[in-house]
Amino acid sequence: MSRRSEVREGIRISLPAGLGMFPLGLAFGLLVIQAGLEWWVAPALSIAVYAGSLEFLLVSLIVVSAPLLTVAVTTLLVNFRHVFYAFTFPLKVVRNPIAKLYSAYSLTDEAFAITAAKPDGWTAWRLVSMQIALQIYWVGGGLAGVLIGSLLPAGIEGLDFALCALFITLTLDASRTKKEVPSLLLAASCYAFAAVAFPQAAMFAGLLLFVAVLIIRYVIERARGKANA
Amino acid sequence: MPELSYLIAVLAICFVIDFALRGVPFLVLEPLRESDFVGRMAGWMPAGILAILAVATVQSASEGGGSRLAYALIASAITVAVHLGFGRRTLLSVSAGTGVFVLLVNLA
Repeated sequence: MSRRSEVREGIRISLPAGLGMFPLGLAFGLLVIQAGLEWWVAPALSIAVYAGSLEFLLVSLIVVSAPLLTVAVTTLLVNFRHVFYAFTFPLKVVRNPIAKLYSAYSLTDEAFAITAAKPDGWTAWRLVSMQIALQIYWVGGGLAGVLIGSLLPAGIEGLDFALCALFITLTLDASRTKKEVPSLLLAASCYAFAAVAFPQAAMFAGLLLFVAVLIIRYVIERARGKANA
Repeated sequence: MPELSYLIAVLAICFVIDFALRGVPFLVLEPLRESDFVGRMAGWMPAGILAILAVATVQSASEGGGSRLAYALIASAITVAVHLGFGRRTLLSVSAGTGVFVLLVNLA
């Protein structure tokens, strides 16, 4: 296929995700304005960080001038899942070094999900144009949001629930089979424990505890496997 | 508005960590690809991590006293119902849940 048709195909594939990303970006831009931050913080975060859920969290951290260590640990924990995307993401089709760097930098949940749902047929032009399109929806949505936010006379309270709703839908989408039930129960227990033991840092403590428990689970299953073998 | 130097530090720290998390695994992919440990963790982590993020953000949205906890639970239930009932269309589910929460917080 020609370069032009590959780019067109990449954009076509990106559209359904864009339908979700643009309005969510808009909500993000609104949140930035409502939090009392300058308008450019929205595009700055969407270019430097480019991770929707983390950007929402960062706004709440920036507003209270959270310690940089907290910012770093939050980033590490919230985005650690990206480490596992490298196993299936078709980065190897991209040869140009700059395009390769961009493709890795813009490996978001949405970009990963699109390639995971349709693993074959990727070319460099198709993949990178899909990823550029996704970032345009996100940054564009954020800019539209800060514009609307600065025109609105008063803030709309409760818009930050978009992040809760997004995580709820992602959890549902990641939990389609019975195999996920043990992980969900472990995660719920870890969070419940963390919320009681470390109420000020329940999310970080819960995530750390969950990873620790999964490591123990792995050790136990391995020992069992060896005993059976 | 926090100081500019603080904002720049946040942007730089998040850029470096985020880019490393996304890019470095490709560099160390070959030895890791065979790893049973990483394979298992990759299967176990996503659902649980997302669930913790969901519960934690719902909890923080429900802070602020009054009926906010009830509103957050109702909006969460709406999000789940719409997502499962209308073919997992994320945009629709997120809009419905957020819309209900905004209405309840501002009007109820």
